[in-house]
Amino acid sequence: MAGTEGTTQQLQNNSSGETQDSKKNGFLQSKVESKELSKEEKQKLRKEKKQQKKNRKDDKGLPKEEKAKKPVPVMDGQQAQQQKAPPTAPVATPEAPPSGEKSGKSKTELRAERRARQDADRMSKQGKKGDPIQLVYTAKTKAPLSEPQPVVKRLPEHIQADDPAVLKKLAKKLERQQAPLSGRSRCVSGVEIPLRSDYGSKVSLFSHLHQYSRKAPLTQQMSLPSTAIHPSIVRLGLQYSQGIFAGSNSRCIALLHAFKQVIRDYSTPRNEELSRDLVNKLKPYISFLNQCRPLSASMGNAIKYIKKEISNVSSNIKEEEAKTTLQNCIDKYIEEKIHLAAKAISKSAFEKISDGDVILVYGCSSLVNYILCDAYERGRKFRVIVVDSRPRLEGRETLRRLVRKGISCTYVLITAVSYMLPEVSKVFLGAHALLANGYVMSRVGASQIALVAKAYNVPVLVCCETYKFCERVQTDSFVSNELDDPDDLIVTRKGKTELQNWQDTASLRLLNLVYDVTPPDFVDLVITDLGMIPCTSVPVVLRVKNVDQ
Amino acid sequence: MELQAVVMAAGGGSRMMDLTYSMPKPLLPVGNKPLIWYPLNLLEKIGFEEVIVITTKEVHKQMNIDTKMKLEMVYIQEDADMGTADALRHIQQKIKTDILVVSCDLITDVALHEVVDLFRAHDATLSMLMSKTHEFTETVPGQKGKKKTGEQRDFVGVDSSGKRLLFMANEADLDEELVIKKSIMRKHPRMHIKTGLVDAHLYCLKKSVVDFLADNKSITSIRGELIPYLVRKQFSASTNSQKTKDDSEKNQKKTDLKTPDIHISSKDEDLLDLAREKSCWNDHRGDMSDAYHGGKLRCYVHIMEDSMCYRVNTLAAYIEANRLAPKVFSEELPIHPTAEISEQSMVGADSIIGAACHVSEKSSIKRSTIGASSCIKEKVKITNSIIMNGVTIEEGCNIQGSVICNQAVISRGADIKYCLVGSGQCIEAEAERNNEVIVGIDQLMEI
Repeated sequence: MAGTEGTTQQLQNNSSGETQDSKKNGFLQSKVESKELSKEEKQKLRKEKKQQKKNRKDDKGLPKEEKAKKPVPVMDGQQAQQQKAPPTAPVATPEAPPSGEKSGKSKTELRAERRARQDADRMSKQGKKGDPIQLVYTAKTKAPLSEPQPVVKRLPEHIQADDPAVLKKLAKKLERQQAPLSGRSRCVSGVEIPLRSDYGSKVSLFSHLHQYSRKAPLTQQMSLPSTAIHPSIVRLGLQYSQGIFAGSNSRCIALLHAFKQVIRDYSTPRNEELSRDLVNKLKPYISFLNQCRPLSASMGNAIKYIKKEISNVSSNIKEEEAKTTLQNCIDKYIEEKIHLAAKAISKSAFEKISDGDVILVYGCSSLVNYILCDAYERGRKFRVIVVDSRPRLEGRETLRRLVRKGISCTYVLITAVSYMLPEVSKVFLGAHALLANGYVMSRVGASQIALVAKAYNVPVLVCCETYKFCERVQTDSFVSNELDDPDDLIVTRKGKTELQNWQDTASLRLLNLVYDVTPPDFVDLVITDLGMIPCTSVPVVLRVKNVDQ
Repeated sequence: MELQAVVMAAGGGSRMMDLTYSMPKPLLPVGNKPLIWYPLNLLEKIGFEEVIVITTKEVHKQMNIDTKMKLEMVYIQEDADMGTADALRHIQQKIKTDILVVSCDLITDVALHEVVDLFRAHDATLSMLMSKTHEFTETVPGQKGKKKTGEQRDFVGVDSSGKRLLFMANEADLDEELVIKKSIMRKHPRMHIKTGLVDAHLYCLKKSVVDFLADNKSITSIRGELIPYLVRKQFSASTNSQKTKDDSEKNQKKTDLKTPDIHISSKDEDLLDLAREKSCWNDHRGDMSDAYHGGKLRCYVHIMEDSMCYRVNTLAAYIEANRLAPKVFSEELPIHPTAEISEQSMVGADSIIGAACHVSEKSSIKRSTIGASSCIKEKVKITNSIIMNGVTIEEGCNIQGSVICNQAVISRGADIKYCLVGSGQCIEAEAERNNEVIVGIDQLMEI
């Protein structure tokens, strides 16, 4: 009963002719305060909102026909549920439990809301003023009601792409980060982040991901002297989209460097606190960078760390001091998580490399290069087989660095890997991220190497710093990935480019994947700065890390 | 702030003295708009809000540009004979960030973000815009015989990607041979040398270059001296050796290039280097060196192919620009609402009539531009011409392919073909002029 009372109050607030905006504000506030709410509660809130919107439409119609409306709202409600289901269905199917459970939940909810709506219609003539705080209260009271029901997992909005409803939401979210000011005639204090449009037809399996063209940079749609976004962030975004900073560590360091510049140039506006305002300033920058190139796991963790540090800045200390502290924090983070971690990993890996080894590496991983160069310097005798793959051909960089050091290398393309494997004694792979279920997310092709190595009983060692450990769970490479520019796949030989007009062929799609996931069965050891652990211990590390923080 | 825009509007127009002896170059009408409107419009469209305009007091007095941007005028003396680099040195105090230098005679609709993106992405010291030359098809008044290649050619060397500027020299500076240093060839074995390029005089320069100019007073012109110097310095031995920024470098000769990226603190620079080192990207392949060959000074060029780009510094360019600019920048009506055009006259669709013009009956105007307050009497035939402000053309005249400057008077029955009539000149009645430049006597005395 408490639950339904809560809904009654909620509906009361909203059916009294509150404007959309204030309701939105109320909802926003409740969003902010609902950090503690679980996913179920958030879903409840969303469904409530939809019901209320339907309610108000009904109210504005014919208030007399209450009874006649009963079947109609139910249908509307179910329609609303169903409308929500198809957009999320293609995305949620790989992960969510079957939709049957979903409709089950809605029936009980609908019954409660029908009752509540009848109460609201009776009370609507009184028209009390709504209180957004009540909304939060009701949300909290709803919590115990929804717990026993199963959770439908929804992919966060930044992963859903192409769905028009979600695109609209995304545009609205970006808009919300804009100030009401616009136009070149005034000093723009708000932020405008243009939406980058997708390019080329996508393979349907990956239609939920974005595919951008390098020839259409985001800066095309922005004003040239970027006043809204800090110049070093614009520069960084450009460098990401053109691939000048590629590789997990490199991107993270470049991001932190840009943040240092931002902090250096930041000045707290009046009546604002650094701890809160700076975080808000960083949000549009992060959206911008995300539009240029999807954020990597390392970048995500670094951003979380910085936001935490900024929010922990006490309000007593002066601005200059706070800024210096933040910059020192960033330096410390890089020093600890990247430098020292690399040294520790290299030390452990050194024990695993023996004289006369033939080591196979794939692509270009800054950490693996560091390990090999370090081992060579310390006197180990080994040779390296560098495996490379199109279209990035990053192995050439690895080859250059290793040969420059003096290590004897062989270079093959990934198509020849099963030919080379009988010679190989161990495989070293770098990782973009380590997922919570022990899967290794790395450059596309790494899972193939691991698979073939397993078939040949060659040990596969993955080297990864702990700051790249990610709480995500993925078992396949489809659900979350990155699509690179499809034009990279086009090659010109002897003056002829066969795929030049690939877009004209309706049935042709080009796919340029960036990452893939390797299951833990193929990985024998993960070398981290905490030591050498099996792949299945990754969640333990994550748990320990969270406890620390 | 990321970029400050600087418009150089103090130049004299030395290559078209006939036009500019009475009217300063920035105010020459092109499509009935002053020449300086075009770069300002370009900057405004892109999103600049403030522009520093370096010009003379005379120009500013006569200039009335309608723009939303905030124009900061910097005056220099007309006869001070300042080069463009001198002008930059003059405003060094106002420069707080990297600058975008535009010349007032640039008419283009290029997407400027291409130039600036090169500047940003590669952390370049210089980024410039060049365009493929277009052949001028219109007959130029006063030109006898075939068009002489009076313009000395520029030799521009770019690398295989077409973006990195490796070599720049003007024909005038070379004796008989083109000398390319071995250090360049070692780093960039494939170089494309182009000669048919027009420098649009649009440069993105780092702030440290402006500071360098302030110390180094021997450089006077950006295009003539600074750019070739920077391009050469990319491969000079001193900038490539990894020296730390200590005091000994400050005491070196003034002509030595400054240590790059002084405005970023050295700690941050290390961070960027570290990021680059860990990145698996390289701008070239085939040799053992790091990205950019470890060089800190980089010059980039964006060569545009299909957009319009004109530098109005010769008479031929002026005529061509008048022909084409209105088509691209046609924001206003071709026929100004205040112009009085009688019904029996014929005004072609590609003609532009300025404000308060008076066109009497039976006159025909084809492919021409008529400036403000001009008076065209009856039975006048104007084809392919540029008529500036305040011109009076009496009845029965026939004007073809000509440029008539301000306040000129063409008396009745004159037949003018491919002529340039200077400002305030008066052509007598029934005159027949063909392919002449008619200017005042005192102008003839000027060198």
